[in-house]
Amino acid sequence: MTNLLAARDQMAFTLGFHMIFAAFGVGFPLLMVVSEGLYLRTRQEHYLKLAKAWGQANAVLFGIGAVSGTALSFELGLLWPGFMRFAGSTIGTGFVAEGFAFFVEAIFIGLYLYGWGRLSPLAHWLTGIPIAIAGPASAALIVGVDAWMQHPNGIATLLRDPSAAATGPMLFLNPHWPIMALHATVACYAATAFAIATIYAWGMLKGRRDAVRRAALHLALMLGTAAAIAMPLTGDLSGKAVARYQPVKLAAMESQFTTQKGAPLRIGGWPDTKARTVAGALEIPGGLSWLAYGSAGATVRGLSSVPTSLWPDIPITHVSFQLMVGSGTALVLIALWYWLGVRRRSLGRGLLWALVLSGPLAFLALETGWVVTEVGRQPWIVYGVQRTADAVTPIQGLPVYFLAFVALYALLGTTVVWLLRRVEHGLPLVRVA
Amino acid sequence: MITPTPADAAAILALLVLTAYALFGGADFGGGVWDLLASGPRAQGQRSAISRAMGPVWEANHVWLIFLLVLLFTAFPSAFAVVVIGLFLPLHLVLLGVILRGASFVFRAHGAQGGPRAPLQRTFGAAFGAASAVTPILLGAALAAISGGGIRVVGGAVSAPPLASWFTPFAVATGLLTLALSSYLAAAYLTIETQGSLQEDFRRRAIAAGIGLVVLAVLDLPLMARDAPRLFDHLLRPAAAPLLVGGFLLALWSLAAVYRQSYPVARALSALSGIALLWGWGFAQWPYVVYPDLAVSTAAAPRPALLQILYTLPVGALLLVPSLYLLFHVFKGRNPAEGRPPRPRPRPRPAR
Ligand code: HDD
Ligand code: HEM
Ligand code: HEM
Repeated sequence: MTNLLAARDQMAFTLGFHMIFAAFGVGFPLLMVVSEGLYLRTRQEHYLKLAKAWGQANAVLFGIGAVSGTALSFELGLLWPGFMRFAGSTIGTGFVAEGFAFFVEAIFIGLYLYGWGRLSPLAHWLTGIPIAIAGPASAALIVGVDAWMQHPNGIATLLRDPSAAATGPMLFLNPHWPIMALHATVACYAATAFAIATIYAWGMLKGRRDAVRRAALHLALMLGTAAAIAMPLTGDLSGKAVARYQPVKLAAMESQFTTQKGAPLRIGGWPDTKARTVAGALEIPGGLSWLAYGSAGATVRGLSSVPTSLWPDIPITHVSFQLMVGSGTALVLIALWYWLGVRRRSLGRGLLWALVLSGPLAFLALETGWVVTEVGRQPWIVYGVQRTADAVTPIQGLPVYFLAFVALYALLGTTVVWLLRRVEHGLPLVRVA
Repeated sequence: MITPTPADAAAILALLVLTAYALFGGADFGGGVWDLLASGPRAQGQRSAISRAMGPVWEANHVWLIFLLVLLFTAFPSAFAVVVIGLFLPLHLVLLGVILRGASFVFRAHGAQGGPRAPLQRTFGAAFGAASAVTPILLGAALAAISGGGIRVVGGAVSAPPLASWFTPFAVATGLLTLALSSYLAAAYLTIETQGSLQEDFRRRAIAAGIGLVVLAVLDLPLMARDAPRLFDHLLRPAAAPLLVGGFLLALWSLAAVYRQSYPVARALSALSGIALLWGWGFAQWPYVVYPDLAVSTAAAPRPALLQILYTLPVGALLLVPSLYLLFHVFKGRNPAEGRPPRPRPRPRPAR
């Protein structure tokens, strides 16, 4: 394993780990606040039980989210000093704003978790609201940094005369930012909602169909359905943005080797980079041209338009993209099936199994989506400007650090899962009397 | 009167944030140390007092560290790049400490059941304590390396022998000094949040840590003179010397207040002493970010980026100050053990 590869793998692994907790940090507070709010309005005990149980789970998730996020802030510098020297002050504008969001989040999570009984019910509920706002705000802000790495808005000025480059506008007036931020933040809601659906559907399969569980599932699917339907719509916008700013990435996502008029949409399949063919894909003629440029006859740039040294890893990018879109489609179907079941007043076993599957699918989509974005950007760390290889630290022996991180996070991850199971088992709602 | 440049202002801001982290985050590390060293018939009581004091605030206190990092790479990107290369190993160890400390605290506080003596609880507790003790030492050593001249930039490349910059006697002594300061702050703060014999436990711990702090501060000086002579010289500057001497005297005064059981006074004086010592160091370090190759003015980001940070500050403060006030008002306003006992957090227990 080379040093560069170890650094990339360490970054990918730790980001992928953080992403799980970050997603909950965006979605969970909203559900918590809604549930507690419903309790204050209706005084139905089960909403209070849910709010408390979710707060408890949130405490563990948030803590690990905070430490894994701290790890990322260090690693950004430790692994990529060349990047930070070049772009630190530019992306820093986003991080400073995000720092305030983190503060608000951390302060109010303390008030919320430890404030039961110390604050009046209404005041307690109110302390949940800043958390539910700060979570998505920090997600959107950090995505602003990534969006700049994808499409370095204002880079010409920065390269010509750094002292004339106003960094805030570079970052926040980046046309790529709102598109990415929308898709990526809604994805966090989808992931949280379906993960919760998984847990309660599983309980129902085991025969625990009490009011608490039904309420929990219902709340989760209200959020999940809205988010799931938004995913293909916002994803389409993302795809069009990629077509505009990163044509090579689009070609890798679709395994489009040659520049072509009326390029087909390829569903599934495995690209062969040597032979420059795709095996086993279902092709919809003109589909890609239509999706990317709004006309079935439009020309799509192929990978062959750039030297292979500028190609990202095609199989990883292509397969990840297929997995995200496939999962996204499945989530929409599962959500619709649930509402059908609700109308027929029967949540059958088939549906419950599908719901159990929905959480893993949503997280699969979340992770593979990021793989598309990040692997598809290679070999650039700042697209078209700085190569990843030029940003990496000169320190040797990185594989050891990478393996140490894998071991540490494996330990943390196992402990979290194990503890959350205990949190859940500790709840009265689990033991059906 | 010299008007500070945006770079100067950013450096002062970084020092402010560092101070906040030392006073709040430092005390949380100290809390971990006392958790590790909890002993006697009330060991369990000591641990729960620490847990109760830290629970609601540690995440907010921790954000100061993140903010400091962000500020450094935004305002001083080239210095940041140099430090992360020069201190690659110790910063990874700091990271390990931060992760283990936070994770094991959360695991213990929110998940593990079966009572404080359960083996798992004890494992989390030990990890929490050990990580809390080691991390401030590393942070102090890193600070000493940055100001001691161990990290050099030669022809654009960073030159730092793997251990020699942060594993000198001076750096280690500074690390221990940081640990003593953290432990002292924690014990002094805890005397306010406890009562009766628990309070007496923390009083004794504060006195021990305070004596350690004073001894280490005195010991650090000759080591500094040997390993970091320039820094030693600069301590005698008119801007730095009074602060350092004042900080030292404040520490003694605060210790006396602990001894006389005037705890609120002791807490205020201990915090003031920490502030004075850090700012004394800051003025001695001035004008360098990384001594001797990177000065504040040469390492600073372009002016627009600096101005932007400074302009967002008031807006951020408007958000932050009331929120922090609320947090500390709710949880630190009054001795929770006084009068009504704090209601136990509703943690559903299985009826097994
Ligand atoms: C629950 C998660 C989830 C789901 C169901 C989907 N996505 Fe997605 N997608 C993400 C989660 C995600 C993500 C992880 O959040 C990404 C990574 C970067 C970003 O902005 O969002 C992403 C990126 C991403 C990109 C690349 C953006 C870039 O490289 O800048 C495209 C083109 C799409 N998505 C398209 C889609 C389409 C057409 C979907 C149809 C169902 C879809 N996504 C479902
Ligand atoms: C949490 C969601 C994210 C995930 C799962 C993710 C995933 C990845 C992956 C898989 C890589 C490795 C790419 C490769 O080497 O082939 C990577 C690299 C990287 N990502 Fe992300 N990423 C995420 C968000 C971000 C954000 C928001 C930023 C910006 C602050 C960022 C900054 C980086 C950097 C600096 C690298 C290393 C350089 C490179 O490989 O280009 N990532 N990420
Ligand atoms: C798109 C990817 C990311 C998203 C959506 C995201 C979102 C979040 C959220 C919602 C939190 C709140 C904590 C929680 O609830 O678990 C959080 C915490 C944190 N994140 Fe991320 N994050 C991402 C990537 C990153 C990256 C690349 C970094 C650093 C380079 C980072 C640094 C942090 C830090 C330092 C914290 C801790 C803040 C605290 O203590 O409150 N995150 N992140």
